[in-house]
Amino acid sequence: MQNFAFHRPKSLSEAVSALKQADEGKLLSGGQSLIPVMKLNLAAPSDLVCISSLDELRGIRTEAGRLIIGAATTHGEVDASAEVKTAIPALADLAAGIGDPQVRNRGTLGGSIAHNDPAADYPAAVVALDGEIATDRRTIKAEAFFSGMFETALDDDEIIVAVSFAVPDRAAYAKFPNPASRFAVVGVMVAQHKSGTRVAVVGAGANVFRATDMEKALDGSFDPSALDGVAVSADELTTDLQASAQYRAHLVTVMAKRAVAACG
Amino acid sequence: MATVSMRVNGKAVSADVEPATLLAELLREKLGLTGTHVGCDTSQCGACVVHVGGKSVKSCTMLAVEADGAEVKTIEGLAENGQLHPVQEAFREHHGLQCGFCTPGMIMSAVDLLARTSDPSEREIRDWLEGNLCRCTGYHNIVKAVQAAARAGRE
Ligand SMILES: Cc1cc2nc3c(=O)[nH]c(=O)nc-3n(C[C@H](O)[C@H](O)[C@H](O)COP(=O)(O)OP(=O)(O)OC[C@H]3O[C@@H](n4cnc5c(N)ncnc54)[C@H](O)[C@@H]3O)c2cc1C
Ligand code: FES
Ligand code: FES
Repeated sequence: MQNFAFHRPKSLSEAVSALKQADEGKLLSGGQSLIPVMKLNLAAPSDLVCISSLDELRGIRTEAGRLIIGAATTHGEVDASAEVKTAIPALADLAAGIGDPQVRNRGTLGGSIAHNDPAADYPAAVVALDGEIATDRRTIKAEAFFSGMFETALDDDEIIVAVSFAVPDRAAYAKFPNPASRFAVVGVMVAQHKSGTRVAVVGAGANVFRATDMEKALDGSFDPSALDGVAVSADELTTDLQASAQYRAHLVTVMAKRAVAACG
Repeated sequence: MATVSMRVNGKAVSADVEPATLLAELLREKLGLTGTHVGCDTSQCGACVVHVGGKSVKSCTMLAVEADGAEVKTIEGLAENGQLHPVQEAFREHHGLQCGFCTPGMIMSAVDLLARTSDPSEREIRDWLEGNLCRCTGYHNIVKAVQAAARAGRE
């Protein structure tokens, strides 16, 4: 791994200025994506700004029908949180299925969505739960946030502070994991809100997307059978070592049905 | 170079490290604690698992500077007064190891599990050990050992 200058700011504003002053600075949160990438020399930042213990990025609370989770909250903390389990149990389940316990003890919500790995789980929840991403300078709606494979709407020196999720009437996440890494070959979050059903898909394509035909079918009848014969097109989906685009398209319907069934 | 100070297995230690030094490198190369193994460069095998602040983490995926001020425990810190820790004893008793490469990480991970739940089901044990790969045992005896250690802990 190439060397870098290490900064441990004491506040969000110090973190923003450390990042602004750096040549090619990067934020370090749980390090569960960035450190592996740096070990393979696929990233070589000049400076690392460590934000994992900033108070402003921590904490879980409910406010006006929304659950708000600090960006530096670990997957393990989300899984264990009574507040999350009460408000949106599907979100605690999703966090509990990320990687392995050691990854969950370090990896964070903010790091996961900033990285926007196409096979990451959290983007499905952020989109299906009408997420809003609060940064040090603005609020970004979920669908504008995830702009492409490993890409987001964040500026280079912008820091995610918290993510707020709409508390749905019911929701569930179903994933077909890669057996080695647990990343999603296909993952589907189904959430029923007063305003309508949202179905968000990860793993299948280059970026998280909504399966709008499935949303319409489920608004008609919220039952797995409503998805019989409803499929996403394989045209834009990923073909790789693990699965062909056709197989992924098939899995999207299967996972969506499982998620609806799990909503109970 | 940065100076880091932490408690490792109950003892205060300080060392000068480059920021890019991994916690696993500090433990193995500067502190001579080679019980912590490094089995991959993709953060997937779990041979390097240690406890930081009481939680199991992959020491190959954490910088030494991130552990500044922390309480770190490695496999060398488990035995007390020459007595193996109950999880170590159970691995020995139930043949939970063959070559032993994965064992330090397996044990550190299992100890974290048993600190959270004293009576895990077989499913919970297998799920918990998701991040620890073993190329030898086929896992059955590892699960048996963790179950035995859990029983011993409850008695
Ligand atoms: C073996 C293994 C298995 C895994 N399995 C899964 C899985 O099944 N599902 C899954 O979803 N993920 C999985 N992951 C990834 C894991 O969830 C990571 O924790 C997560 O992707 C990154 O979070 P982090 O806090 O570790 O971020 P870091 O690695 O610290 O950072 C990642 C990126 O985000 C940026 N960043 C971090 N915090 C912020 C912030 N607050 N604002 C702006 N930018 C920020 C960093 O600069 C960096 O570019 C796995 C990882 C490993 C090693
Ligand atoms: S050495 Fe393989 S996970 Fe750390
Ligand atoms: S005993 Fe050889 S790798 Fe587990």
